[in-house]
Amino acid sequence: MTSPKLNKILIVPIYPVDFSLVLTLVPSIREIFKCDVILDNTNHLNLSSAYDSSRYQFNSTKIISILSEKFNNFNGKVLGVISVDLFIPVLTYVFGEAQLGGKISVVSTFRLNEIAYGFQENRKLTEERLLKEAVHELGHNFGLLHCENYLCVMHPSTSVEEVDIKSPYFCNDCYEKLFWQISSKFNDYHDGK
Amino acid sequence: MTQKFSILIVDDEFVVRDSLSKWFMQDGYKVGTAENAAQALKMMNEGPWDIIFIDIKMPGMNGLELQKRIKEIDPNAIIIIITAFASVDTAVQALKEGAYDYITKPIDPDYLSHLVKNVLKHKKLTDEHIKLREHISELIMGEELIGESPQIKKVIELAKTVAPTNTTVMIRGESGTGKELVARLIHAHSPRRYFPFVSVNCGAVPDTLLESELFGHEKGAFTDALYRRKGKFEIADGGTIFLDEIGTISLKMQIQLLRVLETKQFTRIGGNETITSDFRVICATNCNLEQAVKEGKFREDLYYRLNVFTIFIPPLRERRSDIPLIANYYLKKYATMMHKPITEISPEAMDMLIRYDWPGNVRELKNAIERAMVLAKPPAILPQDLPIHPIEEEQPENETLEAVEKAHILKILNKTNWNITQAAKILGIDRVTLYNKIEKYNLRRDRNT
Repeated sequence: MTSPKLNKILIVPIYPVDFSLVLTLVPSIREIFKCDVILDNTNHLNLSSAYDSSRYQFNSTKIISILSEKFNNFNGKVLGVISVDLFIPVLTYVFGEAQLGGKISVVSTFRLNEIAYGFQENRKLTEERLLKEAVHELGHNFGLLHCENYLCVMHPSTSVEEVDIKSPYFCNDCYEKLFWQISSKFNDYHDGK
Repeated sequence: MTQKFSILIVDDEFVVRDSLSKWFMQDGYKVGTAENAAQALKMMNEGPWDIIFIDIKMPGMNGLELQKRIKEIDPNAIIIIITAFASVDTAVQALKEGAYDYITKPIDPDYLSHLVKNVLKHKKLTDEHIKLREHISELIMGEELIGESPQIKKVIELAKTVAPTNTTVMIRGESGTGKELVARLIHAHSPRRYFPFVSVNCGAVPDTLLESELFGHEKGAFTDALYRRKGKFEIADGGTIFLDEIGTISLKMQIQLLRVLETKQFTRIGGNETITSDFRVICATNCNLEQAVKEGKFREDLYYRLNVFTIFIPPLRERRSDIPLIANYYLKKYATMMHKPITEISPEAMDMLIRYDWPGNVRELKNAIERAMVLAKPPAILPQDLPIHPIEEEQPENETLEAVEKAHILKILNKTNWNITQAAKILGIDRVTLYNKIEKYNLRRDRNT
């Protein structure tokens, strides 16, 4: 008897976002996390409560709360993808935020696009950066901490240059920790039954 | 991350505490938060904290005052001030009063990340520097156990033999023979050498303070206990504790000590937490412990617990062949320290050193050379530079009885370091008679003896 596949990642485009960019994430994340990846394109979220008019930015912690409420019954990890500039109250900006060891994460394409730095758009580069940051935030959801290996996807990035240096893959240590999490806790606590 | 660092965040705004702690937790740091100064001061007991972030504007005690209070508790605390652009002036004031740096809200993530990494790198280097300095000082101390006589060679051999074991060692010998040096030698040759060597002079600490010194105390355990303090047994975890002058401790302390040696567990004064520490005990004494046991001044069970492996260090007068070696060792040491071109001890002066009895042993010889170095003129130390009285030659036959008596009394007084009771006992007279003789012969204590 084969056991049902329990690992699921739901990718949620939060408009306004370039949907074709979000689409590129699906096969890569499926490959990296070796699990089902579902794309949710039916829900529209009201983000007005997350907007800070004094900073012209969106509070990523509040977006996580909105996603958490909406996908309360989903058994798996939820990654929101947005194109607006994100912040957390103490920091000037963030590329994304995740619940450490939790269910929800959010990532923004805003500062991953070359346009944000006064250059011409480089779509391929934005896709690569988005994948790295999406995998990084999902890694946090699976309980992974930052890694000192600068090539590992879990290496912290506070600037876009640091995003470019690292790869979209986990180093051996992080990989081991991730799959221990996926094979034990994830299945135990997020069983869809 | 090889080492788990800890960060304390003090801010009255929940979002700041929450955001910062989440941010640092992703990096694997241990994070603590406090919403006001009172709570922060309380949390100092749960430290040590590697970095403390303090918001400058808080109701009640502000960040500057809090910084001052924290520095009183831990002068080495690394404090980073969190400020709004409007209060940069106050932040600069905080820097002047010892803050490491300040950051303005909202914080640039790139700057914050680099700042924290730099602080921790700096702290790691400082900690390593302190450890290396301690290690070097131990090595230097180890070099001072010098001698080539069969007696001292035996001591070194015994110390090295017992070093790799966990056996409790009792070092016995007169004052100044180098008991602590032997203890350090044992520690340096043991598997515990990378852990602390903690020395406690039980005779120098009043009994009331000795308990706190050995076991530590919690904040408020007694009037002067302003903050929690670790005891020597706790500090010695993994290493060696050297209890010097063990014969002087009170019976009450002996009971406590016995319990700790048996269980390796104790509680700080005023505390409830049972602390377990893995230490090795080396103790030393120059008293007659067997006599003290007979007189009921020293517990027999503690005596047997401590007296597992004994090393006797012979007095210097019983290994006179080591005197030139030790004297020349200190000559070179002090010549370098004082920048004096004195390169030798004259044969006459060396002869005096060898014939002297050295009641204060190596310590006295070391002090004698140091004093002689101050007085001596290059290139050599001469007899008149030495602050010692050589052993008197046999008295010539034409001396009067009074002259012989005067010389003998002076000799005994010097030998006992002018301990009147002891000298009177040796001379076979009572103390009053000895005082009368001192008066009669106008005997005065030479400052140099």
